[in-house]
Amino acid sequence: MKAFATLFAALDGTTKTTAKLAALTQYFQTAPEPDRLWTIALLSGRRPKRSVTATELREWAAEAAGLPLWLFEDSYAIVGDLAETIALILPPASGTTDRSLTDTIATLMALTGRPPETRKAAILALWDELPADQRFLFNKLITGGFRMGVSQGLMTRALATATGQDEATLAHRLMGDWSPQTTSFEALTGGTDHDGPGSRPYPFALAAQLEGGPESLGDPADWRAEWKWDGIRGQLIHRAGIFALWSRGEELVTDRFPEFAPLADFLPQGTVIDAEVVAWGADRPQPFAALQGRINRKTVPKKLLAQSPARLLAYDLLEENGQDLRAQPYDTRRARLAALLASLPPDLPLAISPTLPFASWADITATRATARAEMAEGLMLKRGSSPYHVGRKRGDWWKWKLDPWSIDAVMIYAQSGHGRRANLFTDFTFAVRDGNDLVPFTKAYSGLTDAEFAEITRWVGKHTLERFGPVRRVVPDLVFEIAFEGIQPSPRHKSGLALRFPRMARWRRDKGVDEIDTIETLRALLNAAQG
Amino acid sequence: MARTDLLTFTDYGIYCPEGDFHIDPWRPVPRALITHGHSDHARWGHGEYLCTRQALPVIRHRLGDITATGIAYGEPLRIGAVTVSFYPAGHVPGSAQIRVERGGEVWVVSGDYKTEPDGLAEAFAPVPCHAFITECTFGLPVFRWRPQPETMADISAWWARNAALGRPSIIGAYSFGKAQRLMAGITPSGPILTHGAVEEVTRILRDQGYPLPETTRVTAGIDAKSHPTALVIAPPSALGTPWARRFTAAEEAFASGWMAVRGIRRRRALGTGFVLSDHADWDGLNTAIRATGCERVFVTHGYTAPFRRWLESQGYDAGIVETAYGQDDDEDTTETAGQVATP
Repeated sequence: MKAFATLFAALDGTTKTTAKLAALTQYFQTAPEPDRLWTIALLSGRRPKRSVTATELREWAAEAAGLPLWLFEDSYAIVGDLAETIALILPPASGTTDRSLTDTIATLMALTGRPPETRKAAILALWDELPADQRFLFNKLITGGFRMGVSQGLMTRALATATGQDEATLAHRLMGDWSPQTTSFEALTGGTDHDGPGSRPYPFALAAQLEGGPESLGDPADWRAEWKWDGIRGQLIHRAGIFALWSRGEELVTDRFPEFAPLADFLPQGTVIDAEVVAWGADRPQPFAALQGRINRKTVPKKLLAQSPARLLAYDLLEENGQDLRAQPYDTRRARLAALLASLPPDLPLAISPTLPFASWADITATRATARAEMAEGLMLKRGSSPYHVGRKRGDWWKWKLDPWSIDAVMIYAQSGHGRRANLFTDFTFAVRDGNDLVPFTKAYSGLTDAEFAEITRWVGKHTLERFGPVRRVVPDLVFEIAFEGIQPSPRHKSGLALRFPRMARWRRDKGVDEIDTIETLRALLNAAQG
Repeated sequence: MARTDLLTFTDYGIYCPEGDFHIDPWRPVPRALITHGHSDHARWGHGEYLCTRQALPVIRHRLGDITATGIAYGEPLRIGAVTVSFYPAGHVPGSAQIRVERGGEVWVVSGDYKTEPDGLAEAFAPVPCHAFITECTFGLPVFRWRPQPETMADISAWWARNAALGRPSIIGAYSFGKAQRLMAGITPSGPILTHGAVEEVTRILRDQGYPLPETTRVTAGIDAKSHPTALVIAPPSALGTPWARRFTAAEEAFASGWMAVRGIRRRRALGTGFVLSDHADWDGLNTAIRATGCERVFVTHGYTAPFRRWLESQGYDAGIVETAYGQDDDEDTTETAGQVATP
């Protein structure tokens, strides 16, 4: 674990990309091979199967430290990270062994399914032999969520430098559901791809946010427009014997959408389509809320399937007849996509996401204004000559979302944040006016500067009315403009509604609590959103 | 025994009715006993000040023209019906705990303190008492300091590494206490430069006889080129400002107890954080309280709610006192700790 701990310290101790790249590259060149593989896995969000629960960890750590559980919990609320809280609270280690990362993970995984006392003894023994920095990383192996300030792109670049392989090829290799137990470093990064592509998805091409109008993009004739749908971006793969739907988060979601299964009978083998999964009803996409009930279910009850059937709106064709089309111009790929889909029976849950015609930027600006009525969250602008890029490359693909809705509300509860924001009040609950009362309707965490959060934190300290554990009820005095992307009915919430992507657009120091919006304003927006 | 408490808590601060004086008051009072020179404890506007002789020069420097008397550590002084005396708190040079006695009943106000000797401040001395009024800035078990020599060795190694690369090292440390503790404890790899705020306090303490190394105030003409191997000691608020930018390619670090928490360290967006505090850690607080042999404990600032609950579970009669401590330039501040430095 020593090399891994050193790598972590180097990455954690700098904000400079060049320094991170150098540390990663060196690690990939020098660390033991199985450790490299596990590091790639951890940095790309894969983790060993959890053999110990978070509750067990808390209890064992408190017991080992000789502290009551409530004090552990209070400490956790301040530190904001379970793995770190445990590392800090445990008594100093009595031994220092250096086991490899791979060995440590193997030991952890071997605990799966063993009786609690066996697992407890093993974890306590490991805590007692690891130095403090490794203890933290060890806990992270169990709790997951390695945020080391390294993007997948940066890791891929370091790996490319260390192995001399092409970066785009590596990015593709790293996609999908491989795990360190099913592959080797050589197989993953080596020159030849023994396994073939299998069900592995291509890296998704991502768009950058268009700020200001589209005029800066030049001649409108070079550009194509589509709706930006509010669903789940997915990649549908049909290759020899394989039918798979991947989400953008690289999760295999094939089984959650059984209505797509018939597509395997009609799509030719060697086809890969980039599409949006949306809930479908009355010949149009339904609000995101309708899809939400489907996302977290591994199996879908018939009733839900009938209630919110899903449909694929196809954006792009990445592979046809087993041939990688990503280097072809967008126009070519779209023409082939249109031809392919036209050859399918019309009742399949797959259709092309239409191209929106326009002659001038003024035309498309007017079209964008109608997005909400079309159940879209804005437009995508794509250069007709653009390849299908790996990841986010600025210049060819732009998302041009609608301006968010906004409402003025007052802060009524504050809670300190986690991780980087531990010890700072950053999580707020907001209310609007309902007659003489204040009714809470949303939480928001982002949108302010660190300096503003620090100022509000000092304010909260002096204006607390009540404490409920980590939550403070504060004097309803600070007014914020809350921006959001959508609004849905929600029987679970007191206000009867829920916002999509709420955040603080501005701290309205110029406004008092008597100037905030009312619940009626929100209900009117809800009615508008329901069409 | 229907006697009143020896010390009471008012809107002005900690008050002794039978001596008619306040301890570390935050609003102007006729007579103030001061534990130490940090600005949340030694405020402007009182009629008369009493503090240790060692604390007086810095307090005078910070507050200007005040009526103040210095007293030796351990020297009893009768005020009204009570006797007061000052004992080392180990927080910063000259800092004291204040002992108040009336007919055998003893109350002690800790001010801010740390139990580990730092080689500069007069070492903390436990004072037996019936009631102990204590800070608990780091009153959670996640705060546990390594022995100072280990942390100093880390900081020295960091400086040496930077110096070998020809890069200045800038370290953020509170200008009274932490800054001097650093310069006294570190193994040098080059000259020590100081920000004006640090230099003034350093000069005063050096004149008092505290063993401090030679330092040079940063003035026009001093930069990364002229002092490539220097250690620059500056208040945390000076980091990241144009003042600090003259040291191009310098490595920046921050020394504070708060650096024990990764989230706080990362929020400062500083590369390196060294865990070095002038306050007692969890074990220090518990040891200090136990050593007083007290029955009653009042906690003034820090993680007061959980710490009181912990003390009660340990059999103490514990209470929380709302004070205005921990709000200014010292590291006491809990909820605003690690806030973004503003020039």
